[in-house]
Amino acid sequence: MTEDGSGAAGSDAADTGDDTTPTMDAARYPDGSLTHPPHPVGPGGKEPVGTVDLSDYTAEVVTWTTSTATPPGVREPNTLAIVEFDVDGEPVRAIGQVTTEAVETGDRVRPVYCEELRDPDAGIRAPDSQAWDGFRFEPVA
Amino acid sequence: MERVAIIGASMTQFGQRDAWIRELLAEAGSACLDDAGVAADAVKHLYVSNMASGEFEGQTGVPNALAHDLAAVPAYTARIDQTSASGGAGVYAAWQSVASGASDMTLLVGGERMTHKTTAEATDVIASLTHPAEYKHGVTLPSFAGLTARHYLETYDAPREALGRVAVKNHSNGVDNPHAQFQKEVDLDTVLESPIVADPLRLYDFCPITDGSAGLLLCPESVAREYTDEYAVVSGIGGATDTHVVHERADPTTMGGVVNSSEEAYRMADVGPDDVDVAELHDMFTILEFLQSEDLGFFEKGEGWKAVEAGVTDRDGDLPINTSGGLKSKGHPLGASGVAQVYEVYKQVLGDAGARQVDAGTGLACNVGGFGNCVTTTILEGAV
Repeated sequence: MTEDGSGAAGSDAADTGDDTTPTMDAARYPDGSLTHPPHPVGPGGKEPVGTVDLSDYTAEVVTWTTSTATPPGVREPNTLAIVEFDVDGEPVRAIGQVTTEAVETGDRVRPVYCEELRDPDAGIRAPDSQAWDGFRFEPVA
Repeated sequence: MERVAIIGASMTQFGQRDAWIRELLAEAGSACLDDAGVAADAVKHLYVSNMASGEFEGQTGVPNALAHDLAAVPAYTARIDQTSASGGAGVYAAWQSVASGASDMTLLVGGERMTHKTTAEATDVIASLTHPAEYKHGVTLPSFAGLTARHYLETYDAPREALGRVAVKNHSNGVDNPHAQFQKEVDLDTVLESPIVADPLRLYDFCPITDGSAGLLLCPESVAREYTDEYAVVSGIGGATDTHVVHERADPTTMGGVVNSSEEAYRMADVGPDDVDVAELHDMFTILEFLQSEDLGFFEKGEGWKAVEAGVTDRDGDLPINTSGGLKSKGHPLGASGVAQVYEVYKQVLGDAGARQVDAGTGLACNVGGFGNCVTTTILEGAV
């Protein structure tokens, strides 16, 4: 069972009916809490009961950093932020790259899809062991 | 249950070494046995704390290699990996082996060989502990430190200079540690003007990349008395985890693993934070010293920076923290660090810390893996 986030701000734009449209999934657990990334079980060991596509929402920057000592295959500098989404009153945080170095705590950002966040062949982790696409955060006016 | 004693300790020179992992482990292992006057064939269990000898050097199976190199065969061996907290986790495993009655003489050696890798490569080896959702964004341990430091400074209205004072203090302590990678003072301006690594943190907010090894020898207290009148007792020990995904923690400035592991250790030792005379904290990044000093209960949340500014944690303060120089000046050979923390506390509670000596009957070591992902807290008391 999934939730499509209908009725939330921005949901119309992502509702294309195309199954290949990338989504930024958060898992929803029986107690109403959300996590991104989704986990096999949530609070109390309960399995998720649905998902929410966070790319339908905007978030607020909780904190950020610009890293200049980046590992192989990672852009330099690499500005990162922890952001918090408000999904109908339920908070959920995410971490990710920021599209610009011009970011401040409290800024509003929206998720922007990126096909390859770092070079899968340059780092220590087996390239096929995980996905390398995802969402960066772009400040919105 | 009989108490578990530490009757010997060793630490190699930390820094950029010619020796590789096998040689580093053997150096600390044999020095530890010599320190206690115990023969290698008396060792029943041999634990090696090490995060990544395979990834760094292409040498796996290091516990068996060490057993052979020390002539400790047929001792039971195991490698303990808990990333940066491998050393503390090794102390826990060694303590368990004795406390359970499975071993009456356990040698623990922690070590890592890192400096042959570039900073970028070593950073990636360490960052490989992160969740895939973090790793794909290029999230590293230093970037977690930058994110958390900014949040701490903004939340508690703390000045940037306070972080710099951690580096200044620990470098000052390291001057008197002959095993430290850096035995030199740094001034606050040098810290605050050093290159940015993970804004707002700069080069001198970070520990270096280091080769080194350290050892501890543990046995039941009744066995300890056969060898020496001067030993330390592991009066409390606890271990705990926090979320793998760091941003899911309710309060980014609280390390639940530190809170939970220390509560367990305090309860076992029947002491509280106010009873601790000296502490070794995991200052891989300056911000971590604030977080741990608060989560261990030494100071209120958001107040740790004030204690550093007031000199409370100086060597001559009310609660000296990182008399060894900490990871900041001593260096951080991953698997060795938690063992070397306990080495320093052992020296302090036995009154054997030389120029670094403070008045200490009870000491605490807190070893942090990941960004607080897994933590071990150990409390020692001297039995002199």
